[in-house]
Amino acid sequence: MTAALFDIKELSKKYTIAGTAWKDKKRVITAVDNVDLRIYKGETLGLVGESGCGKSTLARMMTLLEKPSAGCICFRGENIFHYSGDALKKYRRSVQLVFQDPYSSLNPRKSAISIISEPLIIHKTGDKESRHKTVLDLMGKVGLSEQQAGRYPHEFSGGQRQRIGIARALVLRPEMIVADEPVSALDVSIQAQILNLLKDLKKDFGLTYLFISHDLNVIRHMSDRVAVMYLGRVVELADSRDIYLRPSHPYTRLLLAAAPSSFVAGKSGIAQVKGEADAGGDRGCNFHNRCLYKKEICLEDIPVLKEIDRGIFCACHFAGEI
Amino acid sequence: MALLEVKDLTTVFDTAQGRIKAVDSLSLSVDSGETLGIVGESGCGKTMLALSIMRLVPGGGKIIQGEILFSGKNLLTLSEEKMREKRGSEISMIFQEPMTSLNPVFRVGEQIAEVIRLHKKIPSREAMEMAVEQLREVGISYPEKRARDYPHQLSGGMRQRVMIAMAMSCRPRLLLADEPTTALDVTIQAQILDLISELKNKNKMAVMLITHDLGVIARTAQKIAVMYAGKIMESAGAGKIFPRPAHPYTRGLMDSIPMAGTEENAETPGYLKAIPGTVPDLYNLSPGCRFYERCSYGDDHCARVHPPLEQIEQEHFVACWKAGQLLEQGK
Repeated sequence: MTAALFDIKELSKKYTIAGTAWKDKKRVITAVDNVDLRIYKGETLGLVGESGCGKSTLARMMTLLEKPSAGCICFRGENIFHYSGDALKKYRRSVQLVFQDPYSSLNPRKSAISIISEPLIIHKTGDKESRHKTVLDLMGKVGLSEQQAGRYPHEFSGGQRQRIGIARALVLRPEMIVADEPVSALDVSIQAQILNLLKDLKKDFGLTYLFISHDLNVIRHMSDRVAVMYLGRVVELADSRDIYLRPSHPYTRLLLAAAPSSFVAGKSGIAQVKGEADAGGDRGCNFHNRCLYKKEICLEDIPVLKEIDRGIFCACHFAGEI
Repeated sequence: MALLEVKDLTTVFDTAQGRIKAVDSLSLSVDSGETLGIVGESGCGKTMLALSIMRLVPGGGKIIQGEILFSGKNLLTLSEEKMREKRGSEISMIFQEPMTSLNPVFRVGEQIAEVIRLHKKIPSREAMEMAVEQLREVGISYPEKRARDYPHQLSGGMRQRVMIAMAMSCRPRLLLADEPTTALDVTIQAQILDLISELKNKNKMAVMLITHDLGVIARTAQKIAVMYAGKIMESAGAGKIFPRPAHPYTRGLMDSIPMAGTEENAETPGYLKAIPGTVPDLYNLSPGCRFYERCSYGDDHCARVHPPLEQIEQEHFVACWKAGQLLEQGK
């Protein structure tokens, strides 16, 4: 692969939660904690983790919806948080977001065609006629018919609405799509249709994906490389194949063991799945309270993400040994 | 005799656009100590089926046909008072959203104790002790302390445990679990499913587990029924349905799920075999097979008559005109 399209360096995002009248203590929540990640052109990087692990916050920072507390994201070598004026506009065109909930991410008062053409109008692309043509063309590509152009979101099913959301993201011909749980709200039979569509579009438009999901099966199906996040930190990063066949981090193993992954009847009793995610701390490994292999060092030092095998990165003091 | 036998049940909703059948002459049975998994996509009527059994069909809906036999007695002929005695004591239900189905202004211990007090004439102090015991049983640590917590102080997984504790507090003989793990993370989901199985075995309870997730069903159910547009399309033992799915819809559902964790699937698979189209509009159902429009094997006969649920082998029922033929071809 060539140079990284995105280079995320030591990125952190902290939220301060104001105290209430009777509990007047400020709390700081670290949603994203010192994340280093590279995304290469043309790949699909899968980002997987449970709720609250910071995957959406990362997506929001990449699309400039949030500012980081520390660190930076470089797009083709330039820090995206320093963009202004034309450069900023250009960046917003080249990176687009697909949202999770197709019910709330579309304006109910606008027809499909005006939802999809709005980005073109904002970015002053083409005249009315050419915009109309572009949008209808794109609707065909995402599997919507021309007759549906004038309909409103409530007239569409969940899967069709997600198609509108995808068309809206694609209309500016971005290089990068950040898809935040794009199929989680859909039924399985519809989910498969949308996953196939995303694969087709990636090929047709030469896209790069950051694909976020909590569903390991979906992530595996879509991704070239997979990053596993836990409480704000990336704990493992490897090729999709490696991560599923030989997971290195204890948390990755836990996730894989817990995922209902096969149709072998009566498979139950996952003894090692214990406990729940706690708030992340400043000291030690965030996973130590649920880990089977923890030793003293895990309570003291934060493990860093290091390469333990070719292309396999793992943040665990005992990676490779366990 | 099975603990729960539903015979020819039809639940309808009258709306401005006409009448829709949420549950359409559906029959099934569950035995004690058994988990029946009901799987289907949104809008297929699986929740309405559970609510019909509880006789809690929301306004606008009514049961117009059929019998619900619970240990031989038809629940549909009971007085509302008698039915209320059954709910929570003999038949319990767990809902999908542990966030919204607990009362935010009462301590969770009190909420469990309330259920116990309603069904057993015992002093409240004793009921509270039982509630704490119940919390211990569902694996909540420091149950005395947790019982004094309000729902917002607990995590999603803990709240679902509280819901289960509440449902189990009177040792029901039948537990209806409607998407009990859908709102939870996978690691917590595994814990909750194991807990339900454990309690089922301990108390010889019958469980009806409703979910859209075939993986969850595979993990927990002994019997499986696949629902589509208010009807059961296929029902069989878990050992039968996964290796030999007979209905095109069941097969489509299985093909739609990308699989992880198995050696054979290590090669990144290309595309998923998605089921084309969407769930039919319940307002304009054709007399033919509900799945006809999305099925690749359908013919004229399928378009005209909905197939009955017929036995094709032992403990394996399918509603498809082509099932025998498809199984033979090994498709």
